[in-house]
Amino acid sequence: MRDIATSQTILVVGGGVSGMTAALEAAECGKQVLLVEKSPTLGGRTALLYRYFPKLCHPTCGLEINLRRLKGNRNVRVMTMAEVVRVEGRRGDYSVTLRVAPRFVNENCTACGACAEAVGAEIPNPWNYNLNRMKAAYLPHAMAYPQRYVLDASIAGTPDAEKARTACKYGAIDLEMKEQTLTVSAGAVVWATGWKPYDAAKIQPYGYGRYANVITSVEFERLADPHGPTGGRIVRPSDGKEAKNIAFIQCAGSRDENHLRHCSRICCMASLKHTQFVREAYGEAARSTIYYIDIRAIDRFEDFYRKVRADRTVKFVKSKPARIAEDRASGDVVLHGVDTEGYHRYAAQHDLAVLAIGMETAVPLPQDAEVFPAGCAADALDVNRSVQSSTAAALRAIQVVNRAARAES
Amino acid sequence: MSAYQGDFLKEVEARVEEGEWVKMCMQCGVCAGSCPFGPHWEHSPQKIFMMIRAGKREEVLTSDAMWMCTSCYNCVVRCPRKLPITQIMHGLATYAHRLGLAPKMQPTRRFSVTFWSNLTRTGRVNELKLVLQVYFRNGFAAGLKEFWNMRRVGLRLLAAKRMNPFELVFPHRCKDAKGIQRMLAKACEIENRKRGFSQ
Repeated sequence: MRDIATSQTILVVGGGVSGMTAALEAAECGKQVLLVEKSPTLGGRTALLYRYFPKLCHPTCGLEINLRRLKGNRNVRVMTMAEVVRVEGRRGDYSVTLRVAPRFVNENCTACGACAEAVGAEIPNPWNYNLNRMKAAYLPHAMAYPQRYVLDASIAGTPDAEKARTACKYGAIDLEMKEQTLTVSAGAVVWATGWKPYDAAKIQPYGYGRYANVITSVEFERLADPHGPTGGRIVRPSDGKEAKNIAFIQCAGSRDENHLRHCSRICCMASLKHTQFVREAYGEAARSTIYYIDIRAIDRFEDFYRKVRADRTVKFVKSKPARIAEDRASGDVVLHGVDTEGYHRYAAQHDLAVLAIGMETAVPLPQDAEVFPAGCAADALDVNRSVQSSTAAALRAIQVVNRAARAES
Repeated sequence: MSAYQGDFLKEVEARVEEGEWVKMCMQCGVCAGSCPFGPHWEHSPQKIFMMIRAGKREEVLTSDAMWMCTSCYNCVVRCPRKLPITQIMHGLATYAHRLGLAPKMQPTRRFSVTFWSNLTRTGRVNELKLVLQVYFRNGFAAGLKEFWNMRRVGLRLLAAKRMNPFELVFPHRCKDAKGIQRMLAKACEIENRKRGFSQ
């Protein structure tokens, strides 16, 4: 497999919006790029958004453009289900070990879905933050690239796998696939491994995991999405009641010495956006309350913040709630705290509490090899700034492989 | 103008224990909401910090707010900036007391004064004497009444030999009470020099 990459190849680790951007920017400059992604599809966490802020357009649009660029470019090679085990070497001369997990589905797949119908086993759906379950033969989401089903490793060797194989008319199911380990060369490595939401259960006073109606902002995003677990209906997890009166709690895990020290930058805008989802769903009956320390809607986002401020269904309370309790009878959440504007003590009852959860890096940077971090692997960034950061990383990587090329000629 | 120059904030930073942390407060309100005594305070810690910054010297130092702190440390544990809120409250209380601005009849302040003099006399707490001092703090009649109410507990303590009436006349002391008093005097002297108090 060494031939797929040389010392002039740029290896991009992570196939989210940052990795795709870095790979495409480099490839469109004529460089050879290998894009590796751990999960079965590109798109990363961007594909799990219902809408982007501030224009409230669908992420499918932005991803669609990138996928078109990808399909039309012969310089990028994409490997999904491939995880980086080790990075060794230095600028211009890296040796990278990859572990490729078996998909059990080959290129013949037409994404018809017959295997999913045949399979009985169900697994938690990580593309909906485990809010629902899906068949163990699945297409991650509508925008999945490549558009090929995956057989989950948990059903390998069970009768379910055999059922899937017989159901497939195209001979796309290959149960003989094995995990592979391979080593590739690269001249530069762009590290675009992205972010993960902070573990909300660690914020003990907010009761995430103890109270059903305390959820995180990433989960709320899935609730609002028509492709999500509720088909786009904003209902609460405990009893399926329509959640019209929603509390959005800012800095849940961020700007906190006990949790994440940094400001995660996206949460304020995400919650402002979420109030508009609630308004879209329930019109004038919507009741959103944002609990905040200070709203960080920077530069051009100020316009969006003003727009939400003017919305009569949205209330702003300058206070970080001290704790959340549950009203046993109704299942409602009760927020306790003191309002900074006037120091009034409150116990506010809401249908649902959404924690605007902070971001932390998903994978640490390699210890013993120098890589170029891009997007959320570098810092807490929104999609727009991730794209800028990735373009910068691609430019640095291009300079390294150019230098390597000159040294060799 | 002085309010805007942060004169009182500077004073607190220089002369109150842990006072240099006050400026780190970002007014999130978690301390105020976490305090189990919250509804009974005149001003929450968050509000006290803002009043210090706003230069409300008189209002802060004559307030009984910081005397209400029971040192449960709930606020310290939850504070996103890890401010030593409990320590600051005690620091402010001590400072107000030393300036003579603390409310005279505030029960916590009165108890603290009683406790301190009881402890430093012999180097040991004389529990019997302390209890009596507390009972009779509001006059002889009120003291007798409280004494009577607690008689069962007292008799049982006597029976269990947990209380010795002779302690009232012959208190047992630590080996070197004079030595302890000298140490405390020296500590006070150092503290006074550091915080700018004359002897």
